Amino acid sequence: MSAVLLETQGLSKRFGALEVARAIDFRLEAGARHALIGPNGAGKTTFVNLLTGVLAPTDGRVLLDGEDVTRLAPAKRVKRGIARTFQINQLFRGLPVLENVALAVAERLGAGGDMARPAGRRADVLAEAGRLVELLHLGADAGRRIDELPYGRQRLVEIAIALGLEPRLLLLDEPAAGIPSAESHIVLQAIAALPPDIAVLIIEHDMDLVFRFAERITVLVGGAIFAEGTRAEIAANREVRAVYLGTALDA
Amino acid sequence: MSLQAATLEAATRHRLRAWEALPWLAALGAFFLFPDYLAFGTQVLVMILFALSLDLVLGYAGIVTLGHAAFFGAGAYTVAMLAAHAGWNEPLSGLAAAALVAGLLGLASGWVLLRTHGLTLLMLTLCTMALLEQAANMFSGFTGGFDGMPGLAYRPILGLFEFDVLYFRTQYLYALAVLFACFIALRVLVHSSFGRSLTGIRENLLRMHAVGAPVRARQVLAYAVSAALAGVAGAVFAQATSYVNLAVLGLERAAGVLIILILGGYGRLYGAFVGALAYLLLEHTLSKAYPTAWQLGIGITLVLVALYARNGILGLVDALRRRWGAR
Repeated sequence: MSAVLLETQGLSKRFGALEVARAIDFRLEAGARHALIGPNGAGKTTFVNLLTGVLAPTDGRVLLDGEDVTRLAPAKRVKRGIARTFQINQLFRGLPVLENVALAVAERLGAGGDMARPAGRRADVLAEAGRLVELLHLGADAGRRIDELPYGRQRLVEIAIALGLEPRLLLLDEPAAGIPSAESHIVLQAIAALPPDIAVLIIEHDMDLVFRFAERITVLVGGAIFAEGTRAEIAANREVRAVYLGTALDA
Repeated sequence: MSLQAATLEAATRHRLRAWEALPWLAALGAFFLFPDYLAFGTQVLVMILFALSLDLVLGYAGIVTLGHAAFFGAGAYTVAMLAAHAGWNEPLSGLAAAALVAGLLGLASGWVLLRTHGLTLLMLTLCTMALLEQAANMFSGFTGGFDGMPGLAYRPILGLFEFDVLYFRTQYLYALAVLFACFIALRVLVHSSFGRSLTGIRENLLRMHAVGAPVRARQVLAYAVSAALAGVAGAVFAQATSYVNLAVLGLERAAGVLIILILGGYGRLYGAFVGALAYLLLEHTLSKAYPTAWQLGIGITLVLVALYARNGILGLVDALRRRWGAR
């Protein structure tokens, strides 16, 4: 069994009387391929926001490599190796694809604070951004502005930006949402081609993608962990089928 | 466009183009062609520098402010008060002092104000400027209050060039030299990785946080640099006219510089040049022709720009070039 990269202990979040995360105990090993599923409103995105620091938990802890990062600002967690994509695209809409990725790469390489050297002379930043753009099959769109791209292509830029941060833990919030099914294999390929030491936690409604990609699956219902296990265990779990998969498979 | 072309474009964006010599040649040409209008020309150069400072925060970092005259005024009062009360009337060190004072003011107010954004930020920048204006009004023993500080004398620039009270020849070339130096520094800054990250902050704050950028520190730093440049513009203004009053801190000047930037086009540096020239020419000719109603002309122009040229005059030029190029 490999080392635990991420752990949450009793992670809870309340908005007034509404409990969106209930004492979540969760573990992710280095290099894991893990999926988080659950019906709409189960608190999946809230959980991601708690992990990245966008939301502060009401109770509980988040540990990265055994270190408590519960109170760490989002930007500091990125430096520790947590990167994410957003359920709804968060891109630099007026900038070309290549420069969207370059901005992320520049921050990782510590170039972002350089006030003198032209950004265009950072050949290392541009080359790495170019490599990621190619990896996501965006080469032909590299010079196009985000707001000129179809939504599906924009989803790929989200992933390219996250990869540009060279994360140890990658949180993918519905990466295939809005991508035409003909193109979803590009996302799957890109995720499958990730270095094996990166842990990936994916939130996804596309069960085909989940069962092909994830080794372990956690089912979240009403802000609490309902079931967890290997994909075979989850697929065979009658309660899970009743609560979630059943409705999804019937549809 | 292929990846190669996109990479080439990103890698060469900072390079100087041949046409970038044009504004400077024009400014030098104007010195010889219009010797009677050098006072007006000096005004234009000062406002270009002021508008450039605003372009850094508004056009690049996306920080909306209606109080930028606070820093222009801080720079102007710094050189004037040093000259009047401390006998410090050497112009270049005066500029440095003005940049320092305005920059620190920008750093302090930015640190507090940039926790907010949008309309709240707009109101708070306005309040900061109003506070400074009232302070200058109240401490009239130092600032001259409502009457201002007339008749200040400055030493020759570098000990060589006397300020030229009648024809503004020295002032014009001095303002041009300062503008050039500040422009070069600003051009380097906006094309640096820091400058690109400001554009990222403008385009998507949330995403910039999510790539691990220290967003607020960058905003505050940009705000302080911009304030220092505005301070230099104010200082040149005070030295060139050897006169300072509360108008340097007022809403009229703050709104004027915003109009200049919108008129010329923001987020592109050269919009400040085109906008300042267009605005001041318009003001000059309209106020001569219709002394009581000239602001109506400015208002109508603004409405037209807002309706038909959202990216200002230079944006309009771009659109026309694209249309012709497409044919």
